[in-house]
Amino acid sequence: MKVLMFGWEFPPHITGGLGTACFGLTKGLLKHGVEVLFVVPKAYGDESEEAVRLLNASDVSIDFNSTVYQDYWKQLTYIEIGSNLVPYLGPEEFEKMIAKQEFDKSESETTVFSKSYSFSGKYGTNLMEEVTRYALVASAIANSQQFDIIHAHDWLTYPAGIAAKKISGKPLVVHMHATEFDRSGDNINQNVYDIERKGMEAADAVITVSNYTRDIVINRYGINPDKVFTVHNAVEPTESGEALTISRNVSEKVVTFLGRITFQKGPDYFVEAAYKVIQMDKNVRFVMAGSGDMMYKMIRRVAQLHISPYFHFTGFLQGEDVDKMFALSDVYVMPSVSEPFGISPLEAMRSNVPVVISKQSGVSEVLKYALKIDFWDIDAMADAIYGLLHYDGLQDMFRKYGRAEVDSLKWENAANHVKEVYNIVLNQK
Amino acid sequence: MRSICFYFQVHQPFRLKTYRFFDIGTDHYYFDEYRNRYIMRRIADKCYLPMNNLLLSLIKEYGSAFKVSFSLSGTVMDQFEKYAPDVLDSFVALAETGCVEFIAETYSHSLSALKSKGEFLRQVEAQKEKVIKYFHKPPTTFRNTELIYSDGIGEMVAEMGFKTILTEGAKHILGWKSPNYMYCNAINPKLKVLLKNFMLSDDIAFRFSQQSWDGWPVTSEKYVGWLNSVDPAQETINLFMDYETFGEHQWKETGIFDFMKALPGQVFANSKYTFNTPSELSEKMQPVAEIHVPFPISWADEERDLTAWLGNELQDDAFKNLYELEYKVKNTADENLQLDWKYLQTSDHFYYMCTKWFSDGDVHKYFNPYNTPYEAYINYMNVLSDFIIRIKDQHPVNYVEKAVEPQPEVVKEVQDKAPKKAAVKAKTTEKPKDVAKPNATKMAKITMNHILKLNKTTMRSLAKEINALTFYYALANADHKMKKAVTLHLGRLQLKEFNSYAWANLPVQESDTIEAQKIVLLKLEEYL
Repeated sequence: MKVLMFGWEFPPHITGGLGTACFGLTKGLLKHGVEVLFVVPKAYGDESEEAVRLLNASDVSIDFNSTVYQDYWKQLTYIEIGSNLVPYLGPEEFEKMIAKQEFDKSESETTVFSKSYSFSGKYGTNLMEEVTRYALVASAIANSQQFDIIHAHDWLTYPAGIAAKKISGKPLVVHMHATEFDRSGDNINQNVYDIERKGMEAADAVITVSNYTRDIVINRYGINPDKVFTVHNAVEPTESGEALTISRNVSEKVVTFLGRITFQKGPDYFVEAAYKVIQMDKNVRFVMAGSGDMMYKMIRRVAQLHISPYFHFTGFLQGEDVDKMFALSDVYVMPSVSEPFGISPLEAMRSNVPVVISKQSGVSEVLKYALKIDFWDIDAMADAIYGLLHYDGLQDMFRKYGRAEVDSLKWENAANHVKEVYNIVLNQK
Repeated sequence: MRSICFYFQVHQPFRLKTYRFFDIGTDHYYFDEYRNRYIMRRIADKCYLPMNNLLLSLIKEYGSAFKVSFSLSGTVMDQFEKYAPDVLDSFVALAETGCVEFIAETYSHSLSALKSKGEFLRQVEAQKEKVIKYFHKPPTTFRNTELIYSDGIGEMVAEMGFKTILTEGAKHILGWKSPNYMYCNAINPKLKVLLKNFMLSDDIAFRFSQQSWDGWPVTSEKYVGWLNSVDPAQETINLFMDYETFGEHQWKETGIFDFMKALPGQVFANSKYTFNTPSELSEKMQPVAEIHVPFPISWADEERDLTAWLGNELQDDAFKNLYELEYKVKNTADENLQLDWKYLQTSDHFYYMCTKWFSDGDVHKYFNPYNTPYEAYINYMNVLSDFIIRIKDQHPVNYVEKAVEPQPEVVKEVQDKAPKKAAVKAKTTEKPKDVAKPNATKMAKITMNHILKLNKTTMRSLAKEINALTFYYALANADHKMKKAVTLHLGRLQLKEFNSYAWANLPVQESDTIEAQKIVLLKLEEYL
């Protein structure tokens, strides 16, 4: 079985959960003997140098750094398309980004045309144009390659998937990592919504990362439930023994929020819950790590509530700083308003930090050793935080079993489910 | 003549309301009045009232040939008083027929037998009083919460004067033996032990409406057939179950009431069984053997052990924190505190914290007010935190002699205790010698007893110079008089600290005591 996969960036250059998921899933699929033809858009900028470590042109089998996976990587074909598509950006942000790049007079021009599948013509200056252009490239690939099934990740690649399906006549599987409702609440961007819906309607199967997302897909996009399958995300196993030895700089307990400070992540509920806890217990500090469009609002709110001595903002954290933050934390809170999956609690649990997560998240479907609350239920959230900080029984239990639970969520298993979906789709033909 | 012995457990807990941590210290009412009333009323109407009426009419029909037995926990009787006095009346009516035996248990359906003998005795005594108050007959049969039993628990129960105890006929205890005989306690053979026949009991309690079971549907004819197929040499079939089986676990629509209505007639017509109460069986039957139960068993789940209530981190932590308060509660006169303390011990609170249902256990979810064991634990601990504050307020800084700790039930711990006791003895005998030794010349005459001779002012200034921990160590083996003499003159904070060590029963090494006494004696010398 060979899959034409329209995915996103590969390590080491990963900007978010989507890349990690694509990488993990591909690795899992290779282990199950599925051949993968991996297509990624490659934006200009500093990414090229990093990504080229994998491959410098299209159509070449790559030998991935890790020797462990060498055998598997032989089954992988990796194709890059010159494109400035990046995940997570809505049309507005995309325009801003492009404007900024042009203003900065970045040196992108030189690299644009250096790839085999780069286009004669410039990148689209608005996202929709670029998505369409990307689809054209895809159809060209579909025409020249042999494969059995097409798998497209997230809406930006759906038009590419549809185009490839039209050209090749092969079945299409689309993978919903997030919906427009997760990103924007009820004020959705109609264009994005339309592309998502069209992609799912054209697809032979839709994979959602949680039952929570599956419900949204069925109820708000009107997709036939029979072809929507849930495959929960997994996590990469970590090397054990690399325990961070961080000396704590504060004697108080630390409660952490880590993520983009945007509507979707529910930072405002975290602040309100913090206020409640601080009223009862001054021996605790709250940390909001990350950045985003709601950050200033949050800082203002914290000042308003007069809890700033106990509430800290770190700004955006990356790499080792994230691990450090986890090592310093006593409780991790993910109060997301709408979270298709949510990988960060799993990272916290791997660092032996007990977690409080919102029920409106996909990850709550797979975790037992976590406290689950409704994102809007500030009282319950505060109570859960207080309980974790004060009552030893919970901490003991979560520390004891949490890590093992996370380690049991393997991409191999997830990939197996995906393969089952492929088989269902192929048997329908 | 062979017997059928029906025993029904009637119990409802006082469920806690959602109690947030910000209620700690401000709100001292813990119970979910609405939910408790609602559930009690629902069960009263669906189960207690109709079933009591049915039993009453059966007794009227068959006279003294039909008999059953009940145990009512103190908490359920409290709830009857509050929410359903009509149910209490109907139990009284049943008692007046003389065909119904009421059995003793712990007041709050608690696990106290596993932790504290003192509390266990108090709870049984309280429940007994309540039974006598309404049914005018002192119970002679005992059954522990959820039929929890071990040799040690049996011994305590025998000590209290009960003649018979009921428990589970657990397979791993019985082995090849049959539950259908009378057994006796392994430590005190005077206590007779009746074992539940779980096959025939569960046919009614659990499988009655289970259509996938090949015994379904259960009719009284079929059931009497099963009873008759039991080896005729075996003497009694003990059918023990939750009373809520009738009308609540098995709905009226399953035909459970019709089955019970028809059963006695069918038994009398087609079998040689009679109906008896546990105390009657105790009179007429002799034990065939001792039953050895070194570790506690219960009637819960497949394992028939304690893991539904204790064993995971949440349960153990909550249980430990709860029973640490025992001595303080005992030493207060506040009746509200005493009552809350009882209600907080109810085993159901620990049942809600069970994590076994991660894999199975629909029964565990029944009537469970919480979505997860974590919520149950946090809520319980919030309540307990408030309770602890109230208890502390009851004990203004004041020296309280620590009560002698009764030996806990668990076998292992009993073994651990023995060497400790010996050590304590050794300590007391050696003491005078040790104190005298270090300064043979000068300090020979000064001993700890000189403290008693100090006047108030000197004692106070001496107390100021020595910290509470030193005093605690130095006085570890001292008598009450000596302790009082010192603690009377400690500063407020010092006393608080001293008491906190005493209440926590901080272990003292003999060497600590000697060192501490040296320090005290040196100071003492300056003042004399």
